[in-house]
Amino acid sequence: MSAETRSSKVYPDAASALHGIVSDGMSLCCGGFGLCGVPEKLIAALHETGVRNLTVVSNNAGTDGEGLGILLASRQIKKMISSYVGENKEFERQYLAGELELEFNPQGTMAERVRAGGAGIYGFFTKVGAGTMVAEGKETRIVNGETYILETGIVTDLSLVKAWKGDTEGNLIYRKTARNFNPNMATAGRITVAEVEELVEPGVLDPDSIHTPGIFVQRIINGSPYRKKIEKRTVRPRKEG
Amino acid sequence: MPWSREDLAARAARELKDGYYVNLGIGIPTLVANYIAPGLKVVLQSENGMLGIGPFPYEGEEDPDLINAGKQTISELSMSSYFSSADSFGMIRGGHIDMAVLGAMEVSEKGDLANWMVPGKMVKGMGGAMDLVAGVKRVVVVMEHTSKEGEPKFKPYCELPLTGTNVVDMLITDLAVFSRGSRHEPFKLVEIAPGVTAAEIRSKTPAHYVG
Repeated sequence: MSAETRSSKVYPDAASALHGIVSDGMSLCCGGFGLCGVPEKLIAALHETGVRNLTVVSNNAGTDGEGLGILLASRQIKKMISSYVGENKEFERQYLAGELELEFNPQGTMAERVRAGGAGIYGFFTKVGAGTMVAEGKETRIVNGETYILETGIVTDLSLVKAWKGDTEGNLIYRKTARNFNPNMATAGRITVAEVEELVEPGVLDPDSIHTPGIFVQRIINGSPYRKKIEKRTVRPRKEG
Repeated sequence: MPWSREDLAARAARELKDGYYVNLGIGIPTLVANYIAPGLKVVLQSENGMLGIGPFPYEGEEDPDLINAGKQTISELSMSSYFSSADSFGMIRGGHIDMAVLGAMEVSEKGDLANWMVPGKMVKGMGGAMDLVAGVKRVVVVMEHTSKEGEPKFKPYCELPLTGTNVVDMLITDLAVFSRGSRHEPFKLVEIAPGVTAAEIRSKTPAHYVG
């Protein structure tokens, strides 16, 4: 990955930001919850590379035609590690046909596995899933009468994240619940590529307000404009008068 | 007359105490937010990374970056905060959330919960349910007393794959409320829906309970 000797982290677009760091069979962490905070421009560019046999760590699998749903439709994903994969008919079809491997993790266990991997921790013991299918085949330890199971940290070849604002040093700020898994995923990739809605010069973002320090981000693009999708629109009526 | 979905939500809301941090599951549990008693300060947590969930936004004010764990658009409050998924589940797993209200497919007399998977059907995943039942201090379950086919759902053992073992503190069904003081005690029948008899509940409940 000699491309990392490049002094600037800024790339002109998603396709160039993925150049030289994509290969068949690679593993990938992807931020987002539902369609919220998903690195959609980078996913679209990854689709265009034609890369195959991906193992993807992501809480959800997108919806039909949106987010990771694009990579599923084109059969570029071999295995998903996720906590919840409703809302995707093509996913269901491939899974039931045995064309797609699936590993379910409890959502918090997945978040912690990614956090641990990015923080250099091999594994951790957790109560979550003890006595359930999740514990099958895993080392267990009983401490003070409670059963804990060993879960291992996750490190991937690549992480794709979406932030609200970023600077050319790779410092990132997320917006509202679009933060979700993104800061954790950003730490777990050997190379992390971020897409942002607004890319600014160093010094513009308040250093005290940075969510992801630039050390975790090797490449960054301005992905705007965005047309953000809503999965379930729920509103309340305005009161009369 | 059995309790309605709204009645179940209202009954679960009576378990809330002032100052509680609470996580509400998808479905009937989400409705609990509509029945929080006036004057009670309850902070709702959303596992996708928010404390202080506000009501649904006014039409035209929906924000794609502001959703709850059910992916519905919501609003923020003056006291709201946002955080990462790892921090969110640190709160949950670490015992910082006072109460969770969840739906269920089956509950056992030992307090085991099954609510995420039916073998042979497409499995959508457990989401945050296993983390919630393992970490939250008090777990309240709301469900129909029997399945659509009339099969009991409160049983000696869960037959479906488990979400957690010995994790349920209170069970609210459309016919009755069962509660226990600690996770070492059996469930007690503490309330019966209007017009429902204790004999009817007994006949529809293979699980052992007191009362």
